[in-house]
Amino acid sequence: MINEGVDKSKRQFLTSALTVVGAVGTGYLAVPFLAQMQPSVKAMAAGAPVEVDISKMEAGQLIRVAWRGKPVWILNRTPEVLATLKTLDSQLRDPLSQESIQPDYSKNPVRSVKPEIFVAIGLCTHLGCSPTFRPEIAPHDLGDNWKGGFFCPCHGSWFDLAGRVYQGVPAPTNLEIPPYRYITDTLIIIGESSGEKTA
Amino acid sequence: MKIDRFALCGNWILERFPLAKVWNEHMTHYYAPRNFNFWYFFGSLALLMLVNQFVTGILLTMNYKPDAKLAFDSVEYIMRDVHWGWLIRYMHSTGASAFFIVIYLHMFRGLMYGSFKQPRELIWIFGMLLFVCLMAEAFMGYLLPWGQMSYWGAQVIISLFSAIPVIGDDLSLWVRGDYVVSDATLNRFFAFHVISVPLVLVMLVFLHIVALHEVGSNNPDGIEIKKYKDENGIPLDGIPFHPYYTVKDIVGVAVFLVFFATVIFYMPEMGGYFLEHANFIPADPMKTPEHIAPVWYFTPFYAILRAIPDKFAGVIGMGGAIVVLFLLPWLDRNPVKSIRYRGGIYKKALLLFVISFIGLGYLGTQPATPTATLFARLFTSIYFGFFLLMPIYTRWEKTKPVPKRVTEEHTLEEELPALLEEITVLNPATSEIGDPAFRSSFFHRRPSAEGILNVLARLAKKLKESLD
Amino acid sequence: MKTITTLLLLLTLSFGAYASEEANLQEADIDLTDKVSLLRGAKHFVTYCLGCHSAKYMRYLRIALDTGVDEKTVLNDIAPEGASIYDQLHSAMNKHDAEKWFGTQPPDLSLIARSRGADWLYSYLKSYYSDSNRLFGVNNMVFQDTAMPNPFWQLQGEQHAVQRKTIWGEYAQLVLDEPGQLSEKEFDLVVNDLVHFLVYVGEPVQLERQSIGKYVLIFLAVFLVIAYLLKKEYWKDIHKDIE
Repeated sequence: MINEGVDKSKRQFLTSALTVVGAVGTGYLAVPFLAQMQPSVKAMAAGAPVEVDISKMEAGQLIRVAWRGKPVWILNRTPEVLATLKTLDSQLRDPLSQESIQPDYSKNPVRSVKPEIFVAIGLCTHLGCSPTFRPEIAPHDLGDNWKGGFFCPCHGSWFDLAGRVYQGVPAPTNLEIPPYRYITDTLIIIGESSGEKTA
Repeated sequence: MKIDRFALCGNWILERFPLAKVWNEHMTHYYAPRNFNFWYFFGSLALLMLVNQFVTGILLTMNYKPDAKLAFDSVEYIMRDVHWGWLIRYMHSTGASAFFIVIYLHMFRGLMYGSFKQPRELIWIFGMLLFVCLMAEAFMGYLLPWGQMSYWGAQVIISLFSAIPVIGDDLSLWVRGDYVVSDATLNRFFAFHVISVPLVLVMLVFLHIVALHEVGSNNPDGIEIKKYKDENGIPLDGIPFHPYYTVKDIVGVAVFLVFFATVIFYMPEMGGYFLEHANFIPADPMKTPEHIAPVWYFTPFYAILRAIPDKFAGVIGMGGAIVVLFLLPWLDRNPVKSIRYRGGIYKKALLLFVISFIGLGYLGTQPATPTATLFARLFTSIYFGFFLLMPIYTRWEKTKPVPKRVTEEHTLEEELPALLEEITVLNPATSEIGDPAFRSSFFHRRPSAEGILNVLARLAKKLKESLD
Repeated sequence: MKTITTLLLLLTLSFGAYASEEANLQEADIDLTDKVSLLRGAKHFVTYCLGCHSAKYMRYLRIALDTGVDEKTVLNDIAPEGASIYDQLHSAMNKHDAEKWFGTQPPDLSLIARSRGADWLYSYLKSYYSDSNRLFGVNNMVFQDTAMPNPFWQLQGEQHAVQRKTIWGEYAQLVLDEPGQLSEKEFDLVVNDLVHFLVYVGEPVQLERQSIGKYVLIFLAVFLVIAYLLKKEYWKDIHKDIE
């Protein structure tokens, strides 16, 4: 028969104390277990900046490179293309790039550091397909309104040759511009902004 | 009357799921003997280790690559590039060895207190099946790092199958999936190690505990507490598992974790026994390491294998060493359960068994010189003799009278002074304690040969008494 | 009975983990907190070893992080020309050439300290001696008939093996013929630094895990004390019962 003189409050205190310490311990243990799912050093190394040599680029040519597993486009824009860009503003959802993601130095009407060289991440901002490069004017399948740009075949979004999205298409924002800078006039490094490393 | 929303949710579940019933039957109203001692911690510790291996194992699987070309690199990737990967790897490797230490001690408890005897034979059988599955799990897991020892250890052990007459070679080929241990073997061992054997282990643990709860736990005095119940049907010597043993097992876990953490953080290789040195070299089918030895927990059985000169007979011997454990409930003819009340012959036999098991374990790590083989054969004979001669020597044992009720357990604090007294040299004082002459004589006393012999003689006498 | 089992357990547990060691290994002086030595060792590795041996599980970034040195310094002073900070320590030698010249590809050294041990490596690198029967003119006391040439011959100089007879039997001793660029003490330091680096490369997280360990043990001690007090409190019921 258990004596009624059980010190209930002491038991309560000790049980609570042990629960607290145990919970703290469990929390400490959970940290490594959850953190180990974070990108490893190898993933971060694979995400390191990529250098692109544009010295041999022809006018109108598009180069694709991979950075952090995503396609990045480097496009050599002709003066005609640059001229056309200015005429498209009324058809675009966000001509001044207020909503889209780009570094500050690309927040201009042509969305690049140097007007002739356009750098963008080649993924549609709708659901992530990679749009096709359609520089020709008014092709048969896209109609007379097509003034050159990127066409996403998955759900039909239109982007101009500054990556700006048209109105009335599924994609909500302009194409994302990655951080990049010119090491020399003909060498771009994608993933780095003016000497500072991006995370 | 304010209705507690929490209680409402609780009731919703309780009306649809027998949570309260299970809790009551197996925790708060499961009556365990009051006299559980140190040897009774290892069951809950084994469960802790199973959970540890599960969780750390799953995390390792996230980054491990079961491909012969990639496996070794992926382990080093986990050790270096994955955040906290090193900790998870060490918890898993230390956990494997710790699991076996705990299990061997858990089984030894069974041998000491007769937990395998009627009506607990089925618990023992499930336990032995668990042991076999655990060995399979560990063996397959050890191939996964794809180091030199992983590869060659697997090569040697799988080729044992080819010793079986008629079907041996085809059997080995089937197990390996190739002519030598290769990528095919690695992949299938990965599948077994991660999915099938863990599932079987969990099911067997469930069966093991259900069988235990059906009959009730044994205890260090080996008496059946259900014989004497009070007016409510509760065993007089029984106490509810919760809260008494839940709270005691938490202490056990804490002490165990101190040892566990010490190894993980300060000596994860354990001198090459937990993580073998040769396994830091990638597997090379062209080059065999100097000494191939299995991991320490397999060495007793490996020593038995090597001791027997014929290859097939050796395999039978090694397997027989496990089979004979299954038969234990029927080999031991004495109804007295606990070693406390058994005759001197069983105590001496058990001591010999322990010595030979440890001896075999040591010999399994060493190269097979003629002297070592001689001792291995001696120990193998003792090992088998312990079991196979049991029907004879347990029948003629002079047992002591078994008490009706459990005997009182002393706490550690009460035991300590007695323990210390056994070992310290107690010479009669030549002067009074307060006397300055005492102090000078105490500090200037040289170790007396007579005094030391005195203590040794006393210890020897105690040893002989305990074995009677 | 209890005493016996306790003593027996203690006896078996006291089996120290002893790997059988060669009697003639020299002791390396390993202290991984010596970051300057680690950096020197890294430089020695890149200079004398990286030509043939890779350490492919190790990144330059890790060396920078663990020694607390700037990434630029590591790239300029330690890493070979053109390396990126994320690069692993790969050797320039390709497999074909290696097999042609040495008969086998020189092994990766990332884990050599964990498989061979620091003392073995230290002794090995110091135990080369001239042997005209070997392809590269050298043999090694610690690893007989090694296929590896002596990377330090210029620093250490040339040794030759002399047989000595004692009453306990014969043994070989190494005697320096031609001194190299460094004195014996300086050379020992170079080898020690390199072995330091290799021990570190074997498991870069060693120091960190030991330092975390003490906090874990302190936490567990606190947990244990509270758990024990709780247990004693509840078990008062049981002990009271017996009266």
